Amino acid sequence: MRSKASLGLKIGTGLGLLFLHAPLAFVILYAFTTEERSYQFPPPGLTLKWFGVAWSRPDVWNALTLSFQVAAVATILALVLGTLAAGALARTRFFGREAISLLIILPIALPGIVTGIALRSAFSLMDIPFSFWTIVVGHATFCVVVVHNNAVARLRRMSPSIVEASYDLGADSIQTFRYVILPNLGTALLAGAMLAFALSFDEVIVTTFTAGQQSTLPIWMLNELVRPRQRPVTNVVAVIVIILTFLPILAAYYLTREEGPASDRP
Amino acid sequence: MSVHTRPQDTFAAHPLVSSNGTAVRFTHVARHFGAVKAVDGLDLEIRAGEFFSMLGPSGSGKTTCLRLIAGFEQPDAGEISIFDEPVAGIPPYRRAVNTVFQDYALFPHLNILDNVTYGLRIRGMGRAEREKLGREALALVKLIGFDTRRPPQLSGGQRQRVALARALVNRPKVLLLDEPLGALDLKLREEMQVELKALQRSLGLTFIFVTHDQGEALSMSDRVAVFNAGHIVQVGTPEEVYERPQTRFVAEFVGGSNVLEPAVSARFGGPERLISLRPEAIAVRSSGVASEIGRLHASGTCIEVQYQGAMRRVIADCAGVRLCALVNAAEVRDLNPGERISLSWLPAAMHAMEDGR
Amino acid sequence: MTSAVLDLPLPRESLSRRLSDALFKYRGLLLTLLLVPPLLWLGIVYVGSLIALLLQSFFSIDEFSGTIVREFTLKTYAELLHPANLDVILRTVVMAAAVTAASAILAFPIAYYAARYARGQMKAAFYLAIMMPLWSSYLVKVYAWKLLLAKEGAVAWAADQIGATPAIDSILSAPLIGGPSLSVSYFGQFLVFIYLWLPFMILPIQAALERVPGSLIEASADLGAAPNQTFRTVILPLALPGVVAGSIFTFSLTLGDYILPQIIGPSTLLLGQAVYMLQGTAGNIPLAAAFAVVPISVMALYLLIAKRMGAFDAF
Repeated sequence: MRSKASLGLKIGTGLGLLFLHAPLAFVILYAFTTEERSYQFPPPGLTLKWFGVAWSRPDVWNALTLSFQVAAVATILALVLGTLAAGALARTRFFGREAISLLIILPIALPGIVTGIALRSAFSLMDIPFSFWTIVVGHATFCVVVVHNNAVARLRRMSPSIVEASYDLGADSIQTFRYVILPNLGTALLAGAMLAFALSFDEVIVTTFTAGQQSTLPIWMLNELVRPRQRPVTNVVAVIVIILTFLPILAAYYLTREEGPASDRP
Repeated sequence: MSVHTRPQDTFAAHPLVSSNGTAVRFTHVARHFGAVKAVDGLDLEIRAGEFFSMLGPSGSGKTTCLRLIAGFEQPDAGEISIFDEPVAGIPPYRRAVNTVFQDYALFPHLNILDNVTYGLRIRGMGRAEREKLGREALALVKLIGFDTRRPPQLSGGQRQRVALARALVNRPKVLLLDEPLGALDLKLREEMQVELKALQRSLGLTFIFVTHDQGEALSMSDRVAVFNAGHIVQVGTPEEVYERPQTRFVAEFVGGSNVLEPAVSARFGGPERLISLRPEAIAVRSSGVASEIGRLHASGTCIEVQYQGAMRRVIADCAGVRLCALVNAAEVRDLNPGERISLSWLPAAMHAMEDGR
Repeated sequence: MTSAVLDLPLPRESLSRRLSDALFKYRGLLLTLLLVPPLLWLGIVYVGSLIALLLQSFFSIDEFSGTIVREFTLKTYAELLHPANLDVILRTVVMAAAVTAASAILAFPIAYYAARYARGQMKAAFYLAIMMPLWSSYLVKVYAWKLLLAKEGAVAWAADQIGATPAIDSILSAPLIGGPSLSVSYFGQFLVFIYLWLPFMILPIQAALERVPGSLIEASADLGAAPNQTFRTVILPLALPGVVAGSIFTFSLTLGDYILPQIIGPSTLLLGQAVYMLQGTAGNIPLAAAFAVVPISVMALYLLIAKRMGAFDAF
């Protein structure tokens, strides 16, 4: 019925996928190299010692802790705002609805540098000093869309009559939310939260404008890339970042498998 | 109105509602969606304990009426009362009616028993007691042993029964059914028609049944309201609606009657009125066969003979007027399209209607 | 409504029930309650910031004191037209266009295979294979290429092994795109941009191709079209909205990036870097803001054209 893929197509696809995936394998390999000064390939020898060195570096721990805290708070904020917006937009039609949808997507649709400098000029106009919260404000702003998209997709898949059935059976709005909407929305919200966390944990462009002297893990890495100090430690941190973003994304995929793409990323 | 029964009493032993008075009353009710008049100045009385059908094509306002009773919609004008209590502004969760939804609307995250006992849980009833009532309700709809299954694991017919049990367990004063049989295949639909009617009779409960299927409405109902374009065009027993349609719309929608314009009726020897002539009242003979005295006649050309089991539907062209007759297969065994035929009927079969919707 | 239920207990009257009554009574109240927090946040924090940015672009900087003059002027926008600044804008737009075109070509086979041939488990694997690089850390991805493209790195080593070093040298000695090594050349920068944004191109093309019914392709073959005719006259036009949708991402992301050009590529600036340096070390926020308005306007124009071409149906 369906013709076989041609050899040319298979080769094109294979090379394309190799191009997408091979580079990260090299990052993992370099975390074990014994070479300190250059990016020599192939590595002259393999060692585990850099994991120990990275473990004992307080600057790595501080950056990791800050990133975790920022991502956690930004995710909670995005979860609340994104869910509310999804509830308002999923099944309604009203004047201005399209504009609000656009407003939610805008922070990731516009280049990150625009969001970044816009926030920075607002902070400077209002004389707000950089702090933990200035980072969080930026991150929450572009994380809202991820939660919103996941929640909207689930709400649209949910039969609207189950909400009416709940009212019909005597449950008020709050009971309906608690006993019917939330259980059906739960995994989608969890997936949205995972993606928001990963997005925030990894964000660097907006953060450079809102962090001041503070160092999140991506900022730490950026500094190391521009002015390398101890390359092997950077390699180890890169592997940690790969793992810490890989897990929530994989979890999000399995939570929303039936719905297709959870959301596109900026 | 309050009939007190103890929780341990079974459904069948105690009718839920005594059958007297008015269950639902619509007084000049209107509901508009923008420019669309879904329900347009409706008056209606549904009696307690009756099986009442709302019949009409899609978009005729029948589902909106049901949603007005359930409380999902609020009327823009007029008043609705349920057992003589005005329900304006009362939200659905405070109304003593329950609904069986078209898509069943079972909660996908709950098992069957938890679905059925949802309403009881909201009322704060303890687990043991509500599960006992839930099992009774499931037994009432002949669904035993499915308690821990999830809705997606059931067939359409079984889901239908769960939806019914979930509504009945709350002992509503009125049960609303929104095209509940629409998604079932023919055989299951016929089975459920019989069961629903039996259930309604044994519970003595008011059923309001929305459907676009005239056969379904006629076979189950005590009374039928025919809807068209936001209005009720006729209310009556199935016999009244079928045999004495008041308008062209009812005649055509219910049973597909031949509608004759006054001039055409006069030409055929009837009164100069708008006439409904049921297909089964028309006899078909080959042209030239001697006609019976006392019958009215029209001669025409056979256009088509449709197979309908024991019956045949004959479509004929009588000097530009298209007539449809439903006759026994034996009577038209050798009839072929193109042949000249003679159609006849008793004058009493010509039912005069008012012209209108 | 005490007679509402015959023999069953009524739900307890509670605050939540009274609140629900209010929600039912005043239609629109729920919608308002839902919308107010996100609108306040996005409206004040985000739109407010964008307005602040726009405002700043109409200020100017005092050439002697270096302080910002808060008076309306178009002087800053005029400064954008200086040859050096125009050069930055032009270079960035050309890079974005080249990256977009190359991504589309590379993405097509993958998207086509995933949409037409992958089924079941294979399909899920493809989906993950495209999503994982999309979501994995941006900085780590850039870093991976710093390793790969380094003089002593894996690409040079591999080229040496297969005797392809002359080919790389000839790319590096080419005018414009060349440079002393891959990691400081435009060609290297271009390659990494493609790597970063390729998944954003694959997904919408795949989505567009999924919507081409297989029967359409069979019908074309049935009508006597050769496979490459079918491809040109049926598949390509139907995939075009997907390509345009993907190009919105690749174009916008390249326009705004300033991290990658810092790490890989020559020392000349791209637009993002110019914005970053102007607002940071130079302290010229008005000019930085004016620069930032450029990608916004370019994207607005691009979106307008894309919408005409039906790209928004491909998401």
